[in-house]
Amino acid sequence: MSAPVKLKYTVPGDDFTRAGEASGSVKKALKKLGVCPDAVRKVAIAMYEGEINMVIHANGGEITVEITPEAVDMVLRDQGPGIENIDLAMQEGYSTAPDNVRALGFGAGMGLPNMKKYTDEMKVESEVGVGTTVTMRVYIKQ
Amino acid sequence: MTVKELIERTGFSPICEGDLTREIQSVYCCDMLSIAMGRAPADSAWVTVMGNVNSVAVGALADVSCILYAEGVQPDAECKTRAAQQGITLLGADLPVFDAALKIHQHLLAREDEAL
Repeated sequence: MSAPVKLKYTVPGDDFTRAGEASGSVKKALKKLGVCPDAVRKVAIAMYEGEINMVIHANGGEITVEITPEAVDMVLRDQGPGIENIDLAMQEGYSTAPDNVRALGFGAGMGLPNMKKYTDEMKVESEVGVGTTVTMRVYIKQ
Repeated sequence: MTVKELIERTGFSPICEGDLTREIQSVYCCDMLSIAMGRAPADSAWVTVMGNVNSVAVGALADVSCILYAEGVQPDAECKTRAAQQGITLLGADLPVFDAALKIHQHLLAREDEAL
């Protein structure tokens, strides 16, 4: 792999059946590129959590992924309601997901914590009423 | 122990056959997908009663070897379609979650003893 591989996805809002399509596609691409399984799993988990958050909270959004020989960079942007208290949202177990989402097995308050756990760098920028951008990086071990 | 060996040894019902040669290293139980996503070990047999399509997405992304639906839970049609696309094996059992997981664990231990 020499030139960066750039991928872009639109995540539809409120459609749980399609959540995972973007992360599944990135997982496949990384496997094809011969990226080590550990990094593939980290990217897949972090990105899926991001997709689910977009579906639950933000009526969808856009994800861009750039893969270089050194790292996988993911940028998840939405125009949802924004996060009022990012520190609180980063705490395991804190969730504002509604009951119908919890009935599907989500809303355990593990989304953002899992994204942090499975990435090497993560930044959350959010403005209430404007939207949220999450930037994540996973380093690829050579 | 491979997924194929698990089926042969336990009699768990195949609902969708994916890669039956996948090795199973451990067993994991959880119904909250948010938790399973981050904590199900790769190459594990995941036992759950959450039979919606998202369980397949979580299982595939967490890279488990197979998903076992306990308590007689039948995953919905979309679940099966998605599992076939992802090449992930779905199994079914009437046993409660604990008993199903214990059975897998016991077979994993027996398989280790055989290998010694």
